[in-house]
Amino acid sequence: MSAEHTNHEHASEHEGMSKKKIWQVFFYLLGITAIEFFIALYMIPKGMMGHDMGVFIYIVLTLVKAFYIVAYFMHLKFEKFALKTGITVSLIFIIYFIVLMLIEGSYQFLHMN
Amino acid sequence: MSTTVSKLDELKTGAWSGGKSPFSVEYGKLMMWFFLLSDAFTFSAFLIYYGAQRFSKISWPDPDVVFQSIPGIADHGYPLVFVGIMTFILIMSSVTMVLAVEAGHRNAKKEVVWWMVATIIGGFMFLGCQALEWTHLLHEGYWWGAFPESYTGVDTVGALQFSNLFFTITGFHGFHVFTGVLINIIILIMVMANVFQKSGSYLMVEKVGLYWHFVDLVWVFVFTFFYLV
Repeated sequence: MSAEHTNHEHASEHEGMSKKKIWQVFFYLLGITAIEFFIALYMIPKGMMGHDMGVFIYIVLTLVKAFYIVAYFMHLKFEKFALKTGITVSLIFIIYFIVLMLIEGSYQFLHMN
Repeated sequence: MSTTVSKLDELKTGAWSGGKSPFSVEYGKLMMWFFLLSDAFTFSAFLIYYGAQRFSKISWPDPDVVFQSIPGIADHGYPLVFVGIMTFILIMSSVTMVLAVEAGHRNAKKEVVWWMVATIIGGFMFLGCQALEWTHLLHEGYWWGAFPESYTGVDTVGALQFSNLFFTITGFHGFHVFTGVLINIIILIMVMANVFQKSGSYLMVEKVGLYWHFVDLVWVFVFTFFYLV
């Protein structure tokens, strides 16, 4: 039972991460970082994009990078459903904390400066 | 009534019916995931506090002005270039780590050793870059509780918070990189001593790999919120 189980686990971990896929993810990460640099060094200084819009795009691109690192490099995409949801749903506390602290920061900006 | 009893007597085979791991992950690897989740909360707390501080201050140091040197080459005029090199080094060392894990799946000891050595070199290069950057900022006048005299009046409030948070957060991240390098070295020695060849599984390389990728993941966020935004 236990040996059979380990074999199955091993087989499921094999799928998806060939050398080709690893380099593909690497070039995605590199490409996204290059886009961020292009926005920061060219588009915003030249006035092609507003600063707030830039910040919004940076955060979206950062989350995309985070997805690729966690899903492929850390292999979470190929784990069991229970583990995937267990890890990702827990991050809801972080979202809650972000909302909480940014509201607090804005309040201080308005009332304490 | 009798049907209920026979239902209870039926052998259950679902993932959560007992007798096997529902996550189908080895104990140590699952614990590494739990540790990383808790570590994610720690880093989030730091970065969210940073965000709250930045939101609450009238002025904040401009990252394009603070980070515009390439230590040893140019003192100013190159925003983001040096941190770009650091980011590249860390992503690259993350790739070599995955390649080590991939080689481990094939039980290819030599390749595991080679990729782990490359990962460790990448880790040291990153730490070296961070040391250079910290030294440069220290010479400019930034440190815990200190900021350059160019900040005056109301700008000092944001500058002080920036200094404290920058050194605390990049320091905490750098400490993670440092421990990651140490653990990588320990695992490398174990690989070279044939420990995993004998046990038949390179799962330990995978576990240290998870930690290493997490360090890279944190850097992605530190990079965005300190250097880009």
